[in-house]
Amino acid sequence: MIARLRQVDKIYANGVVALRGLDLDVGEGEFLSLLGPSGCGKSTVLRLVAGLGEVSGGRIEWAGGNGRTGLPRGDIGFVFQEPTLMPWATVWKNVQLPLTLRGVPLEEAAARGREAIGMVGLEGFEHAYPRQLSGGMKMRVSIARALVTHPRLLLMDEPFASLDEITRFKLDNDLLVLWARQRWTVVFVTHSVYESVYLSTRIAVMTARPGRAASEVTIEAPTPRDESFRTSPLYNEYCRHVSARLAEAIRS
Amino acid sequence: MSSLPSTEPTRAADGAGVGELETTSAVAPPRRVDLWGAGRRALPPVAIGVAGLVVWELFVRLNHIPYYILPGPLLVMEALVKDWGTLYPSLLVTLAIAGAALLVATVAGVAIAILFAQSRWIESSLFPYAVILQVTPVVAIAPLIIIWVKNIPLALLICAWIVAFFPIVSNTTLGLNSADHNLLNLFQLYGASRRQVFWYLRLPSAMPYFLGGLRISGGLALIGAVVAEFVAGTGGVQSGLAYRVLESGYTMQIPRMFAALFMITCSGILIFLGLTALSHLVLRTWHESAVRREG
Repeated sequence: MIARLRQVDKIYANGVVALRGLDLDVGEGEFLSLLGPSGCGKSTVLRLVAGLGEVSGGRIEWAGGNGRTGLPRGDIGFVFQEPTLMPWATVWKNVQLPLTLRGVPLEEAAARGREAIGMVGLEGFEHAYPRQLSGGMKMRVSIARALVTHPRLLLMDEPFASLDEITRFKLDNDLLVLWARQRWTVVFVTHSVYESVYLSTRIAVMTARPGRAASEVTIEAPTPRDESFRTSPLYNEYCRHVSARLAEAIRS
Repeated sequence: MSSLPSTEPTRAADGAGVGELETTSAVAPPRRVDLWGAGRRALPPVAIGVAGLVVWELFVRLNHIPYYILPGPLLVMEALVKDWGTLYPSLLVTLAIAGAALLVATVAGVAIAILFAQSRWIESSLFPYAVILQVTPVVAIAPLIIIWVKNIPLALLICAWIVAFFPIVSNTTLGLNSADHNLLNLFQLYGASRRQVFWYLRLPSAMPYFLGGLRISGGLALIGAVVAEFVAGTGGVQSGLAYRVLESGYTMQIPRMFAALFMITCSGILIFLGLTALSHLVLRTWHESAVRREG
């Protein structure tokens, strides 16, 4: 277990109740997807876990910590819905940003930057600027930046939502390969049933706002998965099952 | 760590084959200056200018307009060449004042913008006064400043500075406050200090805005200097171009007046072009305004 969210509420300053009584466990090494309709507070969950906001009620417990202290910051990587790169900096500098901010010595930062860029397959593009890259490549840079700190927990907020399907499938596969190799814990926010079933070991289905976890589905398909899983009867069966859970959650 | 997954033979080129062909050539080589294209773009305005001068000359000659009412362009050119010895030093005086005013406006403007960016409270309490300084006509306060400040060049500099500094303050403040919200979150996530957020995020974000303000201020500094010179109307060796315009008017040397005016306009254009080039140079690697796109 990495983190445990207990009865978490989030009420924004403008009075919007984003979460109410959310219970969620994040297990070590799992690929957990948060699935739910738009505006159900999925992103809010990620932001709270990342420490980019305070819970209004309830608590987040961390493994081995007392209630309030979270993971040390270096242990969390965050991938936003948009690539969120600095347009004035090269791929190289963008990827190294977390290390630069933490004052990691140049040589070590360079080695780790090279490693992260290699992981997402962007060798040769180190000196390119974001505007010179396609949408998918920008997203790879964003992922490399999240991986450069060797995080234990990777938070991804609909990272591939704005990409075309061909690119998205490719990045899904690459992400799975990396995950199988590195075994970080992933919390992945999505509103796509198909993507969540393909990627996850477990799916938490959330209700419409105010969000809470309505049901959970464990995907017991063997990993590593590849394209053959996408067309298998088992995949179909899970998609149907998860869709039904999602429909229930939206109705409730 | 070796490279990625076997699932993709064409690594790093997402969507290759579906229209986004970006392979290893994604890093474009530096563009050569396209002289032919630049020449073609410059042709229409130059042609209009030449035609205008011809019409002006013909109009003056055919209607026998006396030179002290409206001199033709040839006469103005003649005056420019003949009086170069007095006009050129005056040009340098005016440019020195405008340049110094722009420099001070840049330094003070950026400093004030940084101060504003520290807190909303500081910005909202001081910004109205920057606006007041901006909207008060410099012609109206120049006489006061010239009375208060005994040193004439310094008084002129202050006038030009008042006109020039506002676009830099207002644009840079806007730029410092327009850093990408998600990037701010990212910096926060990685525990960036205020100073790091400022240097690595706010300052680069503000750069295009600052340069936009600088381009406006360049022209305004010149206008401010000329207006102040007009008000000061002082003689002596330290006289700028505005004084030459006045002096030529009093002594009915209208062609010389036009020549001085022509020099002021040309300086303004050169300042603008210079600052545009600077802006392009600084932003050329990343900002939309400086990136040429095909199609």
